[in-house]
Amino acid sequence: MDLYSISSNALLTAFILYLLATFFFGGAIRQNKSERNKQTKTGTIGLVITIIGFVSQLVYFITRWVITGHAPVSNLFEFTTFLGMSMIFAFIIIYIYYKNAFLGVFALPLATIIIAYASMFSTDVVPLQASLQNYWLSIHVTTVALGQGILFISFVAGLMYLIRQIDQTKLSWRNVMLELVIYCIFLFIGFIAVTTIFNVLSYEATFEVERDGQLVIAEYHLPPIAAPKDSTLLSENVMKSWFEAPAWMHGDEAGRKLNTVIWSFFGGSLIYGLALLISRRRIGERLQPLLKGVKPDMLDEIMYRSVAIGFPVFTLGGLIFAAIWAQIAWGRFWGWDPKEVWALITWFFYAAFLHLRLSRGWHGEKSGWLAVIGFAIIMFNLIVVNLVLASLHSYA
Amino acid sequence: MNKIKCECGHINPEGTVLCEACGKPVEENQHIDGNDDKKLLNMRYDGSARRSQTFKKSLIDKIWGFFSSVKVGVWLIVLTLVASIFGTIFPQEQFIPQDAVSRDPAIFYEDRYGIFGLIYYQLGFHHMYSSLWFIILIALIGVSLVICSLDRFIPLFRALRNQKPKKHKKFLSKQRLYSESSNVDDADIDKLVKNLKKSRYKITEEDGHVLAEKGRFSRWGPYVNHIGLIIILIAAILRSTPIMFSEDYMWVREGEQRVIPGTNNKYYIENKDFILETQNANDERFQEASLEEEIPVNYQTDVVIYEAKNADVVGAEPELEPILTYSIQMNNPAKFDKYTLYQQGYQLNEFKNMSFKIHETDDEKEESLGNFTIDLTNPESVYELDSGFRVELTNYYPDYIMTENGNPASETDHPRNPAFVVTVYPPDSDEGEVSFLGIGKNIDATGENEYKVAIEDVEFRDVSGIAISSDRTLPFFILGATIFMIGVIQGMYWQHRRVWINRDKDGSLLLAAHTNKNWYGIKRDIEKAIEGTNVSMARDQQELDE
Repeated sequence: MDLYSISSNALLTAFILYLLATFFFGGAIRQNKSERNKQTKTGTIGLVITIIGFVSQLVYFITRWVITGHAPVSNLFEFTTFLGMSMIFAFIIIYIYYKNAFLGVFALPLATIIIAYASMFSTDVVPLQASLQNYWLSIHVTTVALGQGILFISFVAGLMYLIRQIDQTKLSWRNVMLELVIYCIFLFIGFIAVTTIFNVLSYEATFEVERDGQLVIAEYHLPPIAAPKDSTLLSENVMKSWFEAPAWMHGDEAGRKLNTVIWSFFGGSLIYGLALLISRRRIGERLQPLLKGVKPDMLDEIMYRSVAIGFPVFTLGGLIFAAIWAQIAWGRFWGWDPKEVWALITWFFYAAFLHLRLSRGWHGEKSGWLAVIGFAIIMFNLIVVNLVLASLHSYA
Repeated sequence: MNKIKCECGHINPEGTVLCEACGKPVEENQHIDGNDDKKLLNMRYDGSARRSQTFKKSLIDKIWGFFSSVKVGVWLIVLTLVASIFGTIFPQEQFIPQDAVSRDPAIFYEDRYGIFGLIYYQLGFHHMYSSLWFIILIALIGVSLVICSLDRFIPLFRALRNQKPKKHKKFLSKQRLYSESSNVDDADIDKLVKNLKKSRYKITEEDGHVLAEKGRFSRWGPYVNHIGLIIILIAAILRSTPIMFSEDYMWVREGEQRVIPGTNNKYYIENKDFILETQNANDERFQEASLEEEIPVNYQTDVVIYEAKNADVVGAEPELEPILTYSIQMNNPAKFDKYTLYQQGYQLNEFKNMSFKIHETDDEKEESLGNFTIDLTNPESVYELDSGFRVELTNYYPDYIMTENGNPASETDHPRNPAFVVTVYPPDSDEGEVSFLGIGKNIDATGENEYKVAIEDVEFRDVSGIAISSDRTLPFFILGATIFMIGVIQGMYWQHRRVWINRDKDGSLLLAAHTNKNWYGIKRDIEKAIEGTNVSMARDQQELDE
């Protein structure tokens, strides 16, 4: 077996182990009340499996580093995978401290979704472009990911708090908003499902697009609902597109990206709809009884502590190390590039979170909403800023 | 000032909520921290007297009160945050792409984004982060930082310095963690104190009353990190002065030696070679990848930096002494004196010079009657050929375009598309013939020319774009960032925990505890400490609703 297949198999193994561990944590929360918040056997098995999975992912990381010759955090696949790994790492640390199996039931599948999401992007090994050739790549990017991984735990605890505490007996703004958050998670699953299905089918549709008098080829791997602007379909026997991407969307890739978003909504909504049908009530409502056994106080504490731990790490990686490297590479430590601005927005947001909590006593539910919004900002910076806004950081 | 004397004898400053020494609530001030009717005391700043909460009459009091409010601070943060978001909807003006119709913001935004682009431009969002109101917002955050910190730090410092182990029962029973135990003997207390010591608590004892405390320094974390932020803001102000910060950009051609702008003619640069390497597709590591486009993996300019020894002598030819030979790469800038040079741009294959020959118009063999070469960055006005021909360079367009009204012009000063009008004087003749020459163009103005000028050879070279910056504010930013990190870690990674162990008048033991965060941790500390004693575990009086 060559190094490349060792690397990808190790990642796959980690992925499967994380899912397996989820089931053990699921088993652990069904134990009787007196054992909760204590180290239980099932919980420990879950932890051990998670750690083996983490080690396996570490094998992926190191072998890929050897193959590429640089820290494997240089494009969307590599970075997002590493982000997933930091989330697992943060979970392991928090679990060892708090021994809360409930957290595993939510954190592990969510981190696994992130890793699966990462694999939807090109996993090709490509050379490192000049702007990234510096040892600061490994320092800056890994610290950012670690900070975000810890903040992810606060999101998970916040989300659990909201599911646990929000009144589901009658329809209200709060439980509708919560349902929306859950629906957004389903969109990720939808994106992963649709991409995987058409990957397996090796679906391909090719368009010829006119750009500034030149003909460019646009390749779709999903059936074209939205075609690129000013394009002609070259492939035969594929679905005819419903419409063209609007003119205000720029870039050669705009049509394909819009198409992917539309498919994610279709796929996500379909899966969410099925889930609704099966559960016969809102997903938040369905999940609520599952969390009966966990103390809201504990969730509140985990949520706050992970912000308290993650915030300094994020500041160091996302602002300070980032500025040092920007100074070396671009000759300016700060340039208001969208990625930089969104890192600052994230920082401002968590700073506000901490002030509201420490000085204005925003505990519990308010804090929970803030933890969810904070992570939404992080995901926005990862996905939208990379794929939509024009940024110096668009490396994928 | 109306000092408040507590029944324990301690004299507190006006506005105190909880006595600095014994913690007894000062009856008339409970509204300040919202303690009325509450089961538990608000311990935020240990009930110390804050200026903003005490004096509210004069204008200064009101301004102070306004900026010392965390609510105001958070609003300022949120406003800046939202403004920042708006700034990323469309690219800022410095990021208008090269291939845009026009790099003029007045045209670009409307052209590319339609009506929304126009509105964006008219609202000035295209230079959001340098707009006055954005800078004012940041400055207000700075003011809020200073006032918030001063308003809280001094009284909190006083309160923590003056605290006594013996606390008023009202103070203890209104703590979040509290228990009363009877039948506790002195051995139990000794054991309890010993256990707390083992958990690295600092013990203060007075008349049998005990205060166990650890991590007090973490309370200063917020104030330390705010100092760091203020240093960063001051550094940003300093950076706007030319003494502290300057930057420039220059194009240097291969083989060219020129003065470095912004150095007062003290330093010169010579571009020996510009190198652009793209990914070698034969590298076996990358075989699997579908390399659709070549990936540039190296931008490099090999330079020699010279220092002019007589830069201050006006009009003298500079005496240059090489001081640095360096390969400037992206991610690897060159440094000398207080300057740093960055590889930031390049232009491949700029025309360096063009060689021409003259031949008779109707000579099919185009036999040369004389050659000349025009240096495109430094053309001469007349070329005297050995064969006796004389060529006058009548007009030179380095970057030729035809304007709308049909006149030739040069779009830039860079020789990207050179074109010439030359007048050829045959030997011993004063009658010249005019020709227009350019890439793929050779136009005879009159159609009656006896001689023709033809391009024989072209030489190219690369041009390297180098940014020069001199930034003396960097140490301040580094200092500010370091202090910020120290402060934020100090405040976030440690907790201030206190456990009070007091004997009540009736002999029962009162145990109360407070921490500024991580209640789970302090509960574990207490559980460990009371193990094997008769002291009952402190009850959490403020659990969130089940």
